[in-house]
Amino acid sequence: MALSEQEILSGLAEIVNEETGLEPDEVQMDKSFTDDLDIDSLSMMTIVVNAEDKFGVRIPDDEVKNLTHVRDAVSYIANNQG
Amino acid sequence: MTHKTLAAPQPLRFARIHGLGGYRPERVVTNEEVIEFIDSSDEWIRQRSGIVTRRFAAEDETVIDMAEAASRDAIANAGIAPEQIGAVVMATVTHPYQTPAAAPELAFRLGIPDPAALDISAACAGYCYGISLANDMVRAGTVDYVLVIGVEKLSDFTDKYDRGTAFIFGDGAGAAVVGVSDFQGIGPTLWGSVGDKRDLITQREPWTGLRGGMEQEGRENALDWPAFVMQGQSVFRWAVYDMVPVAVRAVEAAGITPDDLDAFVPHQANMRITDAMIKALKLPEHVPVARDIAETGNTSAASVPLAMARMLDEGEAPHGGLALQIAFGAGLVYAAQVVVMP
Repeated sequence: MALSEQEILSGLAEIVNEETGLEPDEVQMDKSFTDDLDIDSLSMMTIVVNAEDKFGVRIPDDEVKNLTHVRDAVSYIANNQG
Repeated sequence: MTHKTLAAPQPLRFARIHGLGGYRPERVVTNEEVIEFIDSSDEWIRQRSGIVTRRFAAEDETVIDMAEAASRDAIANAGIAPEQIGAVVMATVTHPYQTPAAAPELAFRLGIPDPAALDISAACAGYCYGISLANDMVRAGTVDYVLVIGVEKLSDFTDKYDRGTAFIFGDGAGAAVVGVSDFQGIGPTLWGSVGDKRDLITQREPWTGLRGGMEQEGRENALDWPAFVMQGQSVFRWAVYDMVPVAVRAVEAAGITPDDLDAFVPHQANMRITDAMIKALKLPEHVPVARDIAETGNTSAASVPLAMARMLDEGEAPHGGLALQIAFGAGLVYAAQVVVMP
């Protein structure tokens, strides 16, 4: 069964927490990965790969640059989950 | 038709690395010097790459000069005479002549009489490719000793204004003597290439791109110097997540387990790649990891032998111990093998 956006957000927050140590409740829909959460390009790639594993989606390199905000990542995963 | 029977190769022999050598150019280049030309900071560079300093060769110092220094060291450590070497394999992508190759001149300088001598182009994986070729040559009985060199003068091919690469690269040389042995000291090599990712690390323009400018008066249309460029984020993903399974298979192919390792020597591409690999590999904590990049930068083909030589010199890894070495780079190409450290 497809996960809700809220479930995806909470799963993504766990991944971000593991990579960066940021508290999961800081990972909110309107936050920018770079400007608000201070996640650099290499950490972002680690988060992307872990999200692929967790949610069973494929996120190509070219797509990663479009995922500027948490909402973008959550929507992409929601729309592409298997 | 029938033909005469050709001489058959002798039964397979054992091969190992008999000696390692390294050369680091004298000039230490700090992050402060690098950021004169890019919008960055010492902290940013350390955080993104783990690099604190790198070495740059002198303007008139060539890859052959650096290779010669590392090779003399390796030959001395191997305890053999140059005359015993039957082949010279030089891995480099920064020898600035399309022809002739660098290896014949190097062999001549070292006093190796009439060896097979060739350069190989496998970028950062070049040294590990060379070790595999040398192993096969020795095992098959083609030659008794092979000199393998990884050397780069990347400062010649770095765009100092490119924020993505200017802080990464350094210069240096590492060399190994691979030769006959009474035990096998080089495990099976896991290697390959991913040609559809050729654009991730590449020379900006082909050499022929310079020609149009050269032939025009005033050279107004001359292209920029064809420095190396890299899509760092995509390379990071490939290096960590596609190379870890290769590393795992190289350990399995050698018939050992990660617990048996005495050192992990990944290509010194970026400290963040190394850290992510360790995590993904679940490398046992007792295995020391090469972190030569902090003071040497990414020296492409030279990075694995330089890093291993440092670990041995500093007592961080034991002579005779088992090391997993893995290297990956432009091509994309990769190679991994377990070796007994000399």
